[in-house]
Amino acid sequence: MIATLVSYSLLSVYSAMAIYTLAFIMFTIDLARRSASAPVALGAVVGSAVTVGRGSTALLERLTTDAPVGATPKGPRQLRIAMALTVIAWLLHVAGAVLRGVAAGRVPWANMFEFTLTATAIVVGVFLAVQFWQDLRFLGVFITGFALIALGIATTNFYVDVIPLPPALQSGWLVIHVFVASLGTGFFAIGAAISIVQLLQTRREAGQAKRLKFLDTLPSAERLEVLAFRIIVIGFVLWTFTLMAGAIWAERAWGRYWGWDTKEVWTFIIWTIFAGYIHARATRGWRGSRSAVLAIIGFTAVMFNFTIVNLFFKGLHAYSGL
Amino acid sequence: MDSSRPSDHFDSEQPESKGITQPKLGFVGYARFFWRQLTSMRTALFLLLLLAIAAIPGSLVPQVSSDPNGVIQYKINNPGLSKVLEFFQVFTTYSSVWFSAIYLLLFISLIGCVIPRTKHHLLALLAKPPKTPARLERLVGFSSEGTEADAATALETARAVLRKQGYRTEVYASTGMTPDSVSAERGYLRETGNLVFHTALIGVLVTVGIGGGFGYTGQKVVVEGKAFANVLGNYDSFNPGRFFSESALVPYSVQVDKFTPVYEENNFNAYGQAIDYTANVTTTMRGEQPQKRVLKVNSPLEIGGTQVYLLGNGYAPVLTFRDPKGAIVWSQPTPFLPQDAKLTSLGVIKIPDGLSQQLGMIGFLYPTTDQLASGALASSHPDLRAPTVTLEMYTGDLGLNDGIARNAYTLNLTHLTQIAGRKSAAPTIKLTIGDRVELPNGIGSIELTAIPRFVSLDVHRDPSQAWVLVFAILVLAGLLTSLFIPRRRVWVKVVSTTSGGIRLEYAGLARGEDPGLEAAVADIVQKHAQQLSLRLK
Repeated sequence: MIATLVSYSLLSVYSAMAIYTLAFIMFTIDLARRSASAPVALGAVVGSAVTVGRGSTALLERLTTDAPVGATPKGPRQLRIAMALTVIAWLLHVAGAVLRGVAAGRVPWANMFEFTLTATAIVVGVFLAVQFWQDLRFLGVFITGFALIALGIATTNFYVDVIPLPPALQSGWLVIHVFVASLGTGFFAIGAAISIVQLLQTRREAGQAKRLKFLDTLPSAERLEVLAFRIIVIGFVLWTFTLMAGAIWAERAWGRYWGWDTKEVWTFIIWTIFAGYIHARATRGWRGSRSAVLAIIGFTAVMFNFTIVNLFFKGLHAYSGL
Repeated sequence: MDSSRPSDHFDSEQPESKGITQPKLGFVGYARFFWRQLTSMRTALFLLLLLAIAAIPGSLVPQVSSDPNGVIQYKINNPGLSKVLEFFQVFTTYSSVWFSAIYLLLFISLIGCVIPRTKHHLLALLAKPPKTPARLERLVGFSSEGTEADAATALETARAVLRKQGYRTEVYASTGMTPDSVSAERGYLRETGNLVFHTALIGVLVTVGIGGGFGYTGQKVVVEGKAFANVLGNYDSFNPGRFFSESALVPYSVQVDKFTPVYEENNFNAYGQAIDYTANVTTTMRGEQPQKRVLKVNSPLEIGGTQVYLLGNGYAPVLTFRDPKGAIVWSQPTPFLPQDAKLTSLGVIKIPDGLSQQLGMIGFLYPTTDQLASGALASSHPDLRAPTVTLEMYTGDLGLNDGIARNAYTLNLTHLTQIAGRKSAAPTIKLTIGDRVELPNGIGSIELTAIPRFVSLDVHRDPSQAWVLVFAILVLAGLLTSLFIPRRRVWVKVVSTTSGGIRLEYAGLARGEDPGLEAAVADIVQKHAQQLSLRLK
C-alpha cells in the first residue's frame, strides 16, 4: 500500500517536472518574442525619434501599460500556454506531495526530499496566486526554472524512503513551523526574482543593457521595486512568525527557546538581512538598486540555509534524512 | 516632513547642500554630532547588516553553549587556529565582546530613534489634522468635481464620509485667500505599531538579558525505579543563571516508574528506529499527595515552576560484586552511555573499596547481540532482546584516594593493570542477565543481575520566558500594523467658481508606503458624490 502510493507520488512528480520543462520553454519563447517584438511595437516612436536625435532617446518613450502592444488583454498565446502548463504541472506537483503525505501518514515535510518537494510546490503556488493581484507572469522563467532544478536535485540527490517521524518531530509545530517557513520562502523567491528584473531594468533605463529588449515590455524599475517590496514584506512577516514558532517548539522539544543552533543562527541572519532591506527602503541613498541587492542576498541566504546548512552544518535540525 | 525621524529617512526633507562648512565643535557639539550619527538610518542599517555578518562565524565553528564536545574536538583537530579563534572569542560568538558591542550599539541607536518618535507621535495623536495645503493639484489622486450642493452641506457630508472610513477630521473655515475645506488623516495605528514593534524588540533583549539570569538548568540521569529530588547536590550537572540563589529550588521529587520506548517493526526502511518514548513518573511536591504523570518528548512536565524534559535514554546494567566469601560488596545500576542508534553502550565501573584490590572496568552493552564476520560483537536492534555485557577489568590505583572529583565516565589507566581483556591472560568477561562469573586472581565474583533503563532529564527554570513570549507577540502585532495599515491624509476643498457655484477638490498624501492611496481617494470622491446626490433628492 505504502509502496504503491509512494510510486504514484513519484510518477506524479516526474510528470510535473516534464510539464514544468515545457512551461519553462514556453516562458523563454515568450521572453524571446518580447525581445523581438518590442522594437516593432515601438517602431513608430523610434522611427520619429531617430530623425530627431539618437536612437536611444526613444527608450524614454516607454509604453505606459504593462501589457505589450498587439497582444490580447490576457497576453500573447505563448504566455497563456506557459501559464496553463504551469498550472497543470503544479497540480501534479501538489498531487505528488499529497500522495507522499498520505503514504507516510503525516505532513509531507519531514526530511530533505519532502521539504524540497513541498516547499517548491508552495513557491509555485505563491507565484500562481499573486497573478490574481498583479500580472507577474514574466517571472515564469525564473519560477519554473527554479522549481525544475529543485525537484531535479530532490529526486536524484535527496530521495529517501518513507520512514516514521522520530519522537522529537512528533509535534503540531512541525505542521505550522515548517509550512509557514516554506510559505515565507515562496514570497522571498518572487521578491528576489522581481529584484533581479529591477536591477536589469535600472541598467536598461540608464542606457545600458541595450540587448535586453524584452525589458521594455516589463514595468519600470520603480514600479518593480514597489512590487518587490510589497511581496517581500509579506515574506518578512511570515519569517518572523517562523522564527517565533520555531522558538516555541524548541522550548517544548529541546528545553530552551533559543540556543544559537546553526539553523537558528541562519534563520536569525536571514531575518536581519530582510529587516535591513525594509530599513534600506526607508533610507535615502539606499532605495532602488541597493535595496534590491539586499533582497537578492536575503533570498540567497534562505537557499543557503535550506541546502548547505541542512546538509553540511552540525546542529539539532539534523532531519535531512541523508 | 517628519522632524522626529532621522535626517536621512527618505520622508525627511533633503538637507540643503551648501558646500562643506565645518563649524568648531565643543564637547557637547561632538557628543551631539555622534548621537546624530548613531541614530541615523544609515548607521542603524549598517549595524543591522553588520550583525547579520557577525552571526556567521558562530555557525561555522562549534559553540561552547550549544556543542561543548564539538569545541573540545575542534581544538584537538586545529590547535593553531583554535588559539586565534579563542582570542577572538569565536567559540562563544554570541556572548563575545564584539558581537555584544554590535547589538548594544544597534539597540542604543534604536532607543535614540524610538524616544523622540514616541514623543512626536503622542503629540500627533493629540493634534488636529494639519491645515489644508493651498494647492492640491500636485498631490495624489487629485480630482475636481462640480456639484449643485451648497458649501456647508458639501463640507458636512465630506466630513461624514471621511469619519465613516476611520479618518480623524477637522473643518478649516475660509480665511481670505483659502477656501473652506476638510482636512482628514487616518492610520495613526501604523506609527503606533512601528513604535510597539521596536519597543517590544528592546523588551525581548532586556528580558532575555536580565530575566534569564534568575533561572537555571540542570541535568540528571535517573534509572527506572529511582527518584530524583530537586536539590542542588542531586544534579549531575547544574548551570545557574547570574542571579540564581539556592532558595529558588522548589523542593519536589520525580520518580521514574517505567520507561517505554517503541521501535518501528513494520517499515523495513526504518526498522528499529525509535518512534515513541514514554516515561511514567510519580511526582511529589513537599507536603502533597504523590501524582502519577506521563513525560514524553515534546511534552515536558510542569512542576514547581520548572519544566522537566525527557532528552535521552539508555541502559543501566545492575552488576553485583561479591567477595570470595560470597558477601555482596557492591550492587547498583550503572548508566552506560549510548554510542549509536542501536544503543551499543559504553560504561565505566569503579569499585574502590570492599575487595582485596581496587577494581576498574570498561564495559560494553549490546542490547540485541550480533556477531560481525570479524568476530566482534555488535548490536542489531536498540531493544533489549539478547543482551550481552562485556567487561575489561583492571586492578591498581583508581586515583580516587586523593579526594579530587573524577569523571565517572572515564577510567584513568595510568596506574592500572589489566587482569581480564585483550591484553591479559584472562579473556574479556562476557555476561548475560543472571550470569555469575568468578573474577581472576580469586578476587571474588561478578553477576549481571538486571538491565533496567535510564532516562536523562533536563530541568529548566526560566521565570522570564513568559515575558519573552509576550514581547514576541507584541513584535509580531506591531509589525503587522506598521506594515499593512496605511497612514494617509485626505483633503476635500470647496472652491467657488466664477459663475457663483462651487467645485469640490479632492487629494491625498501618503505617509510611508501606501500603494492604495489613489484608489482610496477615488473611492472617497465617489462616496461623497453619492451622499450629496442623496441629500439633494
